[in-house]
Amino acid sequence: MTALQRPRIATNIADLPPSGIREFFDLVSELKDVISLGVGEPDFPTPWHVCDEVYDSLRRGRTQYTSNLGMIELRREISRVLAHLYGAEYSPDCQIIVTVGVSEGLDVALRAILNPGDEVIVPDPSFVAYGPAVKLAGGTCVSAPMREADAFKLRADVVRSLITPRTRALLIGFPNNPTGSVMTRDELAELAQLAEEFDLLVLSDEIYDRLTYEGAHTCFSTLPGMWDRTILLNGFSKSYAMTGWRIGYACAPKDVIAAMVAIHSYTMMSAPTPAQIAATEALRRGEPDVARMKAQYDQRRRVLVQGLRDIGLGCFEPLGAFYVFPNITGTGLDSKTFARRLVQEHGVAVVPGPAFGASGEGYVRATYATSMDNLKEALRRIDRFVSGL
Amino acid sequence: MHSVLEILAGEARCSAEEIALRLGMDAAAVEAKIREYETNHVILGYHAVVNWHKADDQRLFAFIEVKASPERGQGFDRLAEHIAGFEEVHSVHLVSGTHDLNVVIQGRDFREVALFVAEKLAPLEQVQSTATSFVLKSYKVEGQLIKAADEDHRLVVAP
Repeated sequence: MTALQRPRIATNIADLPPSGIREFFDLVSELKDVISLGVGEPDFPTPWHVCDEVYDSLRRGRTQYTSNLGMIELRREISRVLAHLYGAEYSPDCQIIVTVGVSEGLDVALRAILNPGDEVIVPDPSFVAYGPAVKLAGGTCVSAPMREADAFKLRADVVRSLITPRTRALLIGFPNNPTGSVMTRDELAELAQLAEEFDLLVLSDEIYDRLTYEGAHTCFSTLPGMWDRTILLNGFSKSYAMTGWRIGYACAPKDVIAAMVAIHSYTMMSAPTPAQIAATEALRRGEPDVARMKAQYDQRRRVLVQGLRDIGLGCFEPLGAFYVFPNITGTGLDSKTFARRLVQEHGVAVVPGPAFGASGEGYVRATYATSMDNLKEALRRIDRFVSGL
Repeated sequence: MHSVLEILAGEARCSAEEIALRLGMDAAAVEAKIREYETNHVILGYHAVVNWHKADDQRLFAFIEVKASPERGQGFDRLAEHIAGFEEVHSVHLVSGTHDLNVVIQGRDFREVALFVAEKLAPLEQVQSTATSFVLKSYKVEGQLIKAADEDHRLVVAP
């Protein structure tokens, strides 16, 4: 028997940075009596009528593959809802693909548009998967820092300074995870101008579109000239409390969707059929659920922001998603130490800001997707921790 | 703007101060609003939703379907208000369908409820007939599911 001469793992995979979240998860899982403000998913169960529809479909034996693009009924609903909410027009026949969550949509979209070495500008901080997804698709991720002083918005001048001849696309996600920041139509229009000027594509992850607490959400593709340049990514996880169903979609011009479906048809074939049925029901009859959950999040948001401010932690007012991103620099601790000590000594889990990019240093992410009682107890514990420092 | 009512309807113990915080309102304004609701009887009372079975309390609930004759100019109002006056009566509704009034009775045991129907309710002049259904087990009461506390199945930390 001869030992392996070469490493088993491909270089580009071995080089992927470890997820800051994973690392922290391992630490937290060993502890007891922890109140977790560390999750990125709703605390509500999937609306019962959605589950009921899926039970019924299983009884009727609807367990087969669907079209690679996804069930036409679902694509029609997606088309209807986007037109209704934002006036965004997408044909269910060839401009919408149903994916396994935004995660798959993002992966397939990036693989469809990137040539090796193409650069993608990504806000920092942002969702943990953006950078690695770009890298796995053969691209290079270029971080565009966002600052608390700018309300964690992506500034057009910052983006402009990062554009090179290799820049292929801009990957944005507003409302933003982890900060809860949103961008207005005018602010997004400045990014749109850059896309036009430098011939860029824009991947817009709008998974938190239904969770905005002031002002209306802008669907990026509805900005002048942007329909042609935008790959719109969205899903059901956050708005309808359907994270575990793993179901989402992408909308784009026909040629992009055709390229995406080419990849998707070889790697995924189709999104799980029960999840597609669930998503169809969510779009058809889930509007009251969205309103009900959003009203709860909004109340908790105010309680958590005010609570953290009362404790003495500067807290930027988030206007979207379900996260707050308090500034912890006044405690003298770095983000990782703050998060580690808070959970080990006082049993509250939050995520260190740098898990979402270097600009997250000095911050932690806490979610208000948890019960009011949990939030209040967490605030009491954070208060004890901070005042004992 | 019924957000204050919506919160109180679900969480009667929520203080005016906290309601103000949750809704981004002024605490004094919320207090005034609540007082106004109370004065105008928009808010009729505050109570806990109790699972009596779990509290080992033997009290019993029964639904009585009452068929009755309406009165000229009064409809069923006088009869319904008369029935509602009894201490044993938990709630009274005028309903559509095969009967006229739906009366919920609360009693200590089957006998007490049966006697109330036989001696107080059925003999009322306008009452034509009654049909009694005893509650054997409850699954959801006033919007609250009756089951063990939900477990949080989420991972403790997730992206």
